[in-house]
Amino acid sequence: MVENMAQMMVHGEAWTVKDLFVLPNEYVYWSIQIVLYPYMTGLVAGAFVLSSLYHVFGVEKLREIARFALVFSFALLPVAMLPLLLHLQKPLRGVNVLVTPHFTSAISAFGIVFLTYACIVAAEIWFVYRTFIIDSINRFEAKKDRRAIESLMLMIYRILALGTRDKSPEALEKDHKAVKFLAALGIPVACFLHGYAGFIFGSVKANALWMTPLMPVIFIMSAVVSGIALCIVSYAAFMGIRRWAASRNKTVLLPDRLAGTGETTENHLRGIQSHEVKSTSRYLLLFMVLAISLELLDVIFRGYTAVKSWDILRDVIYEHDFVKIFVLQYGIGNVLPFIMLLLPGITVRRASVACLLVLFGVFMMRWNVVIGGQAFSLTFAGFMHYHLPIIPHNYETFKEGLGGTLVVFSAPFIIFYFLNMIFPAFIEEETN
Amino acid sequence: MKRRDFLKKSIIFVSGAGLSLSALELLNPRDLLAANPEVRWAFLVDTHKCVGCGFCVKACKIENEIPLPANVTRTWVERYVITEDGEVRMDSPKGALHGFTSKKLDQNASGMLEIPDEETTQEFFVPKLCNQCDKPPCVQVCPVGATYQTNDGVVLVDRSWCIGCGYCIMGCPYGVRFFHPEHHVADKCTFCYHRITEGRKTACTQACPFGARKIGDLKDPEDPITKTVLNQRVGVLRDEYGTEPHVFYIGLNKEVR
Repeated sequence: MVENMAQMMVHGEAWTVKDLFVLPNEYVYWSIQIVLYPYMTGLVAGAFVLSSLYHVFGVEKLREIARFALVFSFALLPVAMLPLLLHLQKPLRGVNVLVTPHFTSAISAFGIVFLTYACIVAAEIWFVYRTFIIDSINRFEAKKDRRAIESLMLMIYRILALGTRDKSPEALEKDHKAVKFLAALGIPVACFLHGYAGFIFGSVKANALWMTPLMPVIFIMSAVVSGIALCIVSYAAFMGIRRWAASRNKTVLLPDRLAGTGETTENHLRGIQSHEVKSTSRYLLLFMVLAISLELLDVIFRGYTAVKSWDILRDVIYEHDFVKIFVLQYGIGNVLPFIMLLLPGITVRRASVACLLVLFGVFMMRWNVVIGGQAFSLTFAGFMHYHLPIIPHNYETFKEGLGGTLVVFSAPFIIFYFLNMIFPAFIEEETN
Repeated sequence: MKRRDFLKKSIIFVSGAGLSLSALELLNPRDLLAANPEVRWAFLVDTHKCVGCGFCVKACKIENEIPLPANVTRTWVERYVITEDGEVRMDSPKGALHGFTSKKLDQNASGMLEIPDEETTQEFFVPKLCNQCDKPPCVQVCPVGATYQTNDGVVLVDRSWCIGCGYCIMGCPYGVRFFHPEHHVADKCTFCYHRITEGRKTACTQACPFGARKIGDLKDPEDPITKTVLNQRVGVLRDEYGTEPHVFYIGLNKEVR
């Protein structure tokens, strides 16, 4: 009987608590994975925009972090799709979106936009690393007694080279042009990929909180903010790990040594880390101002126009979710790091802590939009409270709970570890 | 093979294949599955007649195989209690599967609310079901086209194609959609399409002892529903969303949402 009742548990019931009058079929259907989906695509788009600042606009100061941001963006890319698959009730049918796209739906173009973007990033990485790939092939081939892993690497590089061995100045010039073109093309596509995630929410007319044309723009701005913040934190952290590993000769933590990257001495790494982190923080501040202004504009506009739905939205924003919105999102996630970044004499450690807070703030923004949009009934007469499942008791509460969240959060770092073996993200570019 | 022969054979093959492929036609489920495009199904609810017995909910769940204990339903009944101070309170315990057996209002986490008789000014019941909108937002947002509108106006779900993203559930302003607890795909009221296309009534209409629910064809001028919609003052729910709902209500209060 108990088992039978558990089977009758409908999707959403496990984590939704209803209060006052809520329609029988209303639950928090879009839970943590849908919070993570725009968060992850935002990180992808943001990291890419950061790398393009160097490749397209020639911001020399960002040279080292740009390369890292590009490879990291590629590592994040498959993870942007993961939350959607984990959320689908029929994940094996996910491919239907590509087979029979129904173009009046905002979700239908996801596969197409996503694949286009993936191709652009992959192509850009290939052009950026083409010389490196050829060099690696030559180096491994010259080596007489190769270890098994080195033979494997040689094979991978041979496939990746796609038959090219040309290192003439003309070819290098073409590489350079291609990178610039792809990076420039990638910016609008990255913004589209993410702005369109905002459109998915902003176009739901049944949802009073979501429906605003500002949504895509707000999403793009916060995406860039979170992407840059993640790159700064990860760059600082990885450089820290590399410094530590270099001084103790722990090659496991320097996966790119396999591919034979240049210098990894401690002092050298410390210099780069500090320089890159500081200059990137300036750009972070700029985008933060834009993101916060737009979000505040949205709230002020809703309060001023005060249409029918404002009564319930006011309750949600100023009472039920007050701590989540004003303390966690705006206070700890926006104002505090903003001040930390503005104060003079910034250090790597302070910048990293500020960026972690920014990442948290953007996560809370996604949470407040996705979960907050489902916190009230369609009748405007009741509320729904969401409780993230911590200890899973079946597959559904695992994937739509803390477990699934951790899987999604850790996936990009695991992918990056292996990607870094083949495309060393911390290699230093020779000035030409 | 010479180049000339190759070209010749290719042309023959392409034209032959093209000719036979032209016999194939991409079928639209809307055209294929609409039993009768000369019909526009519509529903009429007389709120004055509803007593909140919940027979309609039970009949619907049994007919359409929605497990009885599951807390989702294709149709439900809401109770409205309006007090002297103008407060509107509503409830719908288990969608009124077992009717309204207590005078206390089920306020979910806020517990049971008792309102003294002398304070109430109005009490009434409102049955709800899918509005089979003319411009259904659920169909618009389905990314794979698994939910579609038939030519006779009913919105259906293809259970074999739905990916379970929940976008249609989010898109519906009436909250009629949910995930089926056994099939794990989107589910909703179909006006008992399998019955009405055979000339029978919907399960809820048949189960209603007071005639509060009626199904009919708006394109038939002789249909009692058509006459009522044309001649009487009827209302629809939440027309501000531009969905053009096709469930009409007699005696619809402004408090009903």
